[in-house]
Order: sequence, then structure tokens, then C-alpha cells
Amino acid sequence: MFSSRISQLGAQMIKDLRKGPLTSTPGMAYMHVFYNRYFKPLKSQPFSTTAANIAHEEGNEEEKRISVTFVLKNGEKQHIRVPIGMSMLEAAHENDIDLEGACEGSIACSTCHVIVTDVEYYNKLEDPTDEENDMLDLAFGLTQTSRLGCQLIAGPELDGIHLALPAATQNFSI
Amino acid sequence: MAVFQFSRRFSSLSSNPLRVCVVGSGPAGFYTAEKMLKAHQRAQVDIIDRLPTPFGLVRSGVAPDHPETKIVVNQFSRVAQNDRCSFFGNVSLGSSISLSELRELYHVVVLSYGAESDRALVVPGEDLAGIHSAREFVWWYNGHPDCKDLALDLKSTDTAVILGQGNVALDVARILLRPTMELATTDIASHALSALEESSIRKVYLIGRRGPVQAACTAKELREVLGIKDLYIHIQEADLLKTPADEEELKNSRIQRRVYELLSKAANSGCSHPRSGQRELHFIFFRKPDRFLDSDDRSGHVTSVRLEKTMLKESDGSGKQIAVGTGQFEDLECGMVLKSIGYKSVPVDGLPFDHRKGVVPNIRGRVVTDTSGDPTQLEEGLYVAGWLKRGPTGIIATNLYCAEETVATISEDLELGVLASTSSLPKPGREGLLQLLDSRNVRVLPFSAWEKINAEEKRLGSLRSKPREKLTTWDELLKVATQ
Repeated sequence: MFSSRISQLGAQMIKDLRKGPLTSTPGMAYMHVFYNRYFKPLKSQPFSTTAANIAHEEGNEEEKRISVTFVLKNGEKQHIRVPIGMSMLEAAHENDIDLEGACEGSIACSTCHVIVTDVEYYNKLEDPTDEENDMLDLAFGLTQTSRLGCQLIAGPELDGIHLALPAATQNFSI
Repeated sequence: MAVFQFSRRFSSLSSNPLRVCVVGSGPAGFYTAEKMLKAHQRAQVDIIDRLPTPFGLVRSGVAPDHPETKIVVNQFSRVAQNDRCSFFGNVSLGSSISLSELRELYHVVVLSYGAESDRALVVPGEDLAGIHSAREFVWWYNGHPDCKDLALDLKSTDTAVILGQGNVALDVARILLRPTMELATTDIASHALSALEESSIRKVYLIGRRGPVQAACTAKELREVLGIKDLYIHIQEADLLKTPADEEELKNSRIQRRVYELLSKAANSGCSHPRSGQRELHFIFFRKPDRFLDSDDRSGHVTSVRLEKTMLKESDGSGKQIAVGTGQFEDLECGMVLKSIGYKSVPVDGLPFDHRKGVVPNIRGRVVTDTSGDPTQLEEGLYVAGWLKRGPTGIIATNLYCAEETVATISEDLELGVLASTSSLPKPGREGLLQLLDSRNVRVLPFSAWEKINAEEKRLGSLRSKPREKLTTWDELLKVATQ
């Protein structure tokens, strides 16, 4: 279990490293996200190990995907398969799900707010960082199980998760 | 020539497009355009802006050290590049073209030009030199061409007072206090960076009428200002005491709770006195400005602000607590004051306006003639979004929901036939606008002109390890745009 967790983190990391443009997004903030997301859990792991794991897993494509259901604003459900290591924001965009991502995952907005509909799944997630909580403060229709889609990374433990898009509210009070 | 190019694009549209004009290209304008294009395949959307540059406050409001917040311009640029959308800069509502002319040319006009003025305190001495609005200061450090030459003196005083404790106030405090080394690699205007490098200001006071429970900032901004390197933070511990009414407020607001926690943590950590020469940030709660005092040796210049202590009183049954004066006063010496008490929208000729609220009277974005809000007195085809619609509050994302609401209202009016149908009443739209502006010798700057400015700013920035070096005068902007 632990090693598979490591490998997803590694996969995400390598994926991000390959993405040219992202590395050039304004320095500090991105590095901070980067640090939080990858280096903390990897503290004692030599990097080469994870790379090897990825190569090994590359064979069975479908096994590396999890099933995610988005509950749209009109209540309809959309089932998608999300590759392990991908954020729910990216997954939504790849599947034309209407989830905004104004800051493109740099934890500077709250537009990719989603609600984890099942508390059991919510509890499987790592706690949001201060930075994510700061943005959730400003999210419309915040609930006890709200998260930012850009901070939810597909892992095997999230297979079957339901994520609801908050219905547009008329609350402009913030 | 320009007209020819634009007419080629028409081929992708039906013969009677819905002509839509959005005034103002900040987040409210771009989100409105995006939602209109999506909701109405027959819509042709033109966004006009009085500046040569698009994006409104994302360019001139968001602080230079918040580059992540500006990433949203990628999305807005994609909207501008949509076949059915155009951006026309350097076109000013009121001087290049009147509102009634725009309404003649377009089926739908959405005003989203924001709030380009400031609320006044209306206290004696407000006009003294050394007192500015935070908006002007923000425009100045963000290189807005209207504030490049702001008469800002950062060298004659060591103390700045900021009135207000919202996010703008915190931005301004952070820019004044942050090591300039850290600002040098942002897109801060170079004139601002040089002035800040020579600044003698090392004490900043943030003044709030109410207490830490009611502070109007968000946790992110507060965390940032509290985290500035080598900064002495001072908060009176007594101010942190909570009344039962405060407890009730905290219980109902996650954001207030988290802001309050950060403030109490900051109050209880760190040294009790600043080291000599250390920069200082003081949070002053329960005070409101009573008057500004004139300097004896520099007549006409502010020398201090007189503050009245306040206490909180519940405003009749709303659960909200308001600050009332106690009749006790104290003077705080300072050579500079920045008023961060709110922006204010400015009306144009022919636009219904509620001067008390500072917004255009509207019902879900539909402009109504009468400020009393009589829903039957409609201004046909006229809508508002953003700060002009709901007042100058909220974050960028607020405009997303605000624009969605306005576009839903437009759709409703189209369905109900409140709006003239596009087939019974074709309107000239873009072609008509460009012809009229051409006849007035208005130099219209399309999005491609902005792209030239953008490229030049990035090029200049790369020479100084900055993401961009903003062009900060009208002359430079127009020159590069029309090259």
C-alpha cells in the first residue's frame, strides 16, 4: 500500500516535470505546491525507486485508472475513468466537465471547489493544507467535505469516489 | 482595412447575430463574454475598454507578488481569441462613444467597468498632501498609466497609516514592508520599485473601526503579511478579548474564525519590542479617523491622524456589530496616509445610478430605471455585471457567479421576448461601432495590439529577471500597440 502511494506521487511528479509550461509558472508559489505535494511524503525515499515502479506499472493501462463520478450542477451524474496520479481538476477538463480552474491548480483561487459526497471517502484524503483551507474559505457553497479539485490526486483508495459540483449560489457576500 | 478583416469573420455567424457589447475587460467583463458566447451560439461579443490593455484589476489591482492569481488571464485570452469575440482597447465609454449610441448599435449592452473612484471618509483635513487612496497607490505600483506620476513621498516620513483592514489594505502594507529584493523579481512597476528601495517608511499602522473578530481580510493575505521576513508585529492583547456577540459571529463564519486565530497567534508570539531599525506593523483595532491634522513646519501636509476610540454595538437585530464612537480621542503621528475604505463606481450619462449604494439599480443584472427598484421600469437591453452591479467587494471568482447570473437574466429576456428579436431588428454591432469610432478618429486597439504590448513587456522584463516590465505611460503603450 505504502509503495503504491509512493509510485503515484512519483508518477504525478514526473508528469509535471515533463510539462514544460508549468515549470515556468511564477516561481515561489508553484514551488511551494510542488514541495508540499511531492517532497513531504517522499522524504526518506530515494527517487530512483519510484521511477522503477512506474516503468513496471506502465504495462496495464486500465488497472491504473480509477472510477470517479462527477455530480453535475443539474444533478446528472457523469462517470469517468481517471489515471492514477491525475488531479480531479485535470480529469474534469479532459472530460469536458464544467469545473473552472482559474489559477490552473496553483492554489490561488477557489473555482475548482468540489464536494466529496461520501464522508468515508473524504476521510481517506490527507487533510487540506493551510493554503488549500485559505482558498476553501472563499469557496461558494462550502460544506464540511469540500475540497479543491486541483488538490485531489487520483489514487487507488479513491476508486469509486463521487464529487459534486456546488450549485451556483446567489451568495455574493464574500 | 480593419473593417474588411472583421467582416471576414462574419461568415461563421448566422446572418442575424445577437450583437452584444461588454464595457470593461476585467474579470466581470471577460466572464460575462465567456458565458454569453457559450450560452448563445448566435452571439457576437465585443469587449471595449478605455485602456489599451485588457484584464482590468487582474493587471492593475492584483499585487505584483501574487502571480498565481493572475494566471486567470490565460483563460480570458482564450475568450478574446474566440472567433465570435473581439476586444477593442482605447475606447472610452462617455468620451469615445456615449451609452445611448452603444445601445443603438447593440442588442445587448453589459456594463462591467467596475469602480474607478474611491469612497471618501468625509472628515476634516482629508485633502491634505500625503493622503492618498489605496486605489491610487495600488495603481501606482501596478503601473496603471493614470497613476504613474502620483505625488507619492516615501522619503520624508518613517510612518504610514493605512485606514482599513481589508485585503487591499494588507496588500498595500505588504508592498510597503516587504524586502524590496523580493519585489524586484515581480512585475511591479519600475518607478515603484525604485521609490520603495529608497523608502524611509518602516512603521505601518493598519487601522480598523471594529475588532479582530470583524477584520475584513482573508486568511491568505493575513498569513502573508504576518510572514514577512524580519517584521515586528504588534497587536494589543486586550483587543483580542471576545464578547458573547463576537463568539456568535465566529461560530457563524469559518473565514472570520480563521482570521481571528491567525491574529491571536501573531499577538502571542514574537518579541515584545522591536529591535532598533526593525520594520514594524501595528494592527490598531477599535479606532476610527476623526480628522487629519496639518503640519506646522510643512503647511498643507498631513502630520497626524486623530482617532476616536470605538466600541461595538449590535445593529438592530441583524446580528452584525457596528462601531460607534466613544468620545475618546488620540493622535497618531504619520507622514503618509492611505485610505483603504472602499472603491466607488462612477456613473456615465444616461445610466440610472444609486448614489447612496454606489451601484447601478438592477435586478439580477437587469438595469432598472428607478433606484427604488421598480421591476417594471426596465432599461431595455442594458445589463450590469461585477462591481457596478453589486458593489466593490469579492474575489475574482465572485465575478464568475455574478456574470453567470447576468447572462441567465439576458437569456431569460431573450426567451420572453423582452429584448427586440435579432431578426425583426438587426443591429449594426461591431461594424457600426468601428465606423463610428473611425469617424471620430478614435484609435481602436484590437487584441493583437495588446499582444504586441504583452510581448514587449515580457521582453523588457526578461532583461531584468522580471516576468514583465510594464509599460506605464499612455505614450509608450500606444506607441508599442500601433507599431
